[in-house]
Amino acid sequence: MSGAAIRRWRPPPLIANAWLRLAIYCGAALYLALALGTLEVNWARVAEGLVRGWAFVAAFGEPDFTSRWGEISEGMVESLTMTVVSTVLGVALSLPVGLGAARNLAPLPVYLACRGIIAASRSFPEIIIAILFVKMFGFGPLAGMVTLTFATVGFMAKLLAEDLEDIDEAQVEAVRAAGANWAQVMVFAVQPQVLPRFIGLSVYRLDINFRESAVIGIVGAGGIGATLNTSFDRYEFGTSAAILLLIIGIVMIAEYSSGIIRKRLQ
Amino acid sequence: MLRIRGLSKTYRGGDRALDGVDLDVPRGQLMALIGPSGAGKSTLIRCVNRLVEPSAGEIVVDGAPVTGLSSGGLRAARRRMGMIFQEYALVERLTVMENVLSGRLGYVGFWASWLRRFPQADVDEAFRLIERAGLGGMQDKRADELSGGQRQRVGICRALIQDPALLLVDEPTASLDPKTSRQIMRLLVELCEERQLAAIVNIHDVVLAQMFVQRIVGLRAGRIVFDGPPDALTTETLTEIYGEEDWAASSAPEDDDEDDAAAARAAALRLAETAR
Repeated sequence: MSGAAIRRWRPPPLIANAWLRLAIYCGAALYLALALGTLEVNWARVAEGLVRGWAFVAAFGEPDFTSRWGEISEGMVESLTMTVVSTVLGVALSLPVGLGAARNLAPLPVYLACRGIIAASRSFPEIIIAILFVKMFGFGPLAGMVTLTFATVGFMAKLLAEDLEDIDEAQVEAVRAAGANWAQVMVFAVQPQVLPRFIGLSVYRLDINFRESAVIGIVGAGGIGATLNTSFDRYEFGTSAAILLLIIGIVMIAEYSSGIIRKRLQ
Repeated sequence: MLRIRGLSKTYRGGDRALDGVDLDVPRGQLMALIGPSGAGKSTLIRCVNRLVEPSAGEIVVDGAPVTGLSSGGLRAARRRMGMIFQEYALVERLTVMENVLSGRLGYVGFWASWLRRFPQADVDEAFRLIERAGLGGMQDKRADELSGGQRQRVGICRALIQDPALLLVDEPTASLDPKTSRQIMRLLVELCEERQLAAIVNIHDVVLAQMFVQRIVGLRAGRIVFDGPPDALTTETLTEIYGEEDWAASSAPEDDDEDDAAAARAAALRLAETAR
């Protein structure tokens, strides 16, 4: 049967030199072992904490919506207001910034300025910005709203700019060849190419902002996060559980409906 | 109608796409521009409406210079030049009607175009053109729902609703099957005749060009090397334009099939030997 020699084939390895390959793999394993060795775990403290942690988990079995309902509903309304206002403002502000940050549409100085705004907005986590604005505006939802608006601008403008840089230039060229001016090219050739994804991203950002509003509340920026933090401080885990369940519920509703909206838009 | 004198284009990076092109196209003439890829065909028609900025030379359309215009003047000049593209270049997410009406953007203001409030006369003309191109009833279909031939018909409507004096056509049939290609070329010829338009058609398919146009211009490395009627195009001139090739053999595809069959038989024999 086999007159000619069988020619075996294996995919070429990522690192061609066998010795170097072995050395890198062994080095990585050794580093991992040493790193694990340096972790100090206080097992007594863990055992103690497990009890408290369990009490917290057990509270989910009997969430307490009633005893603090006034504070919970107030926090929720505040959070939802913060979310909607900051999303609308942030999306509106991200339009010019995103347009300016698209290299194919904006001149270089505008491009650099807008990329700078995006970088500033994206380089700090929401919670750090929230701490800064709480210092500036005092405790309460105003600081939270400004934080979320600022973060939304960076997020939306970056993704919009990337979409704008990926548009099909032929469509732009065709509309321009008909004698359209800059603004007409924008609304006739560019807007149809990016609008569906932009709306989808705005809805996605709405649900991110709601989740973030719960986090930044912990540093004093108002909303349901503040209520949640208070309940932790009072060891009222039933109330905490109720709040967390509400947050999970709302995020799931937002997730589900944003999925439907995005599917409809294509 | 169209007068080009000394047109040159050197791209950044030093590629000399056009080198002193002189060309006149009279009213009502359908002219095919042939030449190998990279000869400067696309650059030439894009220089006419200044989608590509010429490095030197003069372009005059209908007695009015195009080179040296300000951006406002250029937009006004572009209204008189309809352009048709190889990959159709329709705005995919807009409807057929919106794509056709986009040819009127040079004539309407910003708000009217954004809110899609085009003058009734434009809408009437759009309906007429859509029906003339054989797309009756499709005005509300989205462009990405159409077949290639239908898209190119929309592209033609968009160019014609501009009420152009000159058509710039870039490889109109390169993405279409042979039958649809002929239909599109026939439609172009008829429409140019009806409206007495001058047209430059970039085309790779020399045989198709010979069937439909009155004049062929051959471009090689940015220079015009042939200009004459379709039947004056000999194998020598084709060699001059495209380079050495057995032009007679390329029109006889049966030979290729036989070669393929022979190659397949040889491969089968070799396989059989290895298995033994």
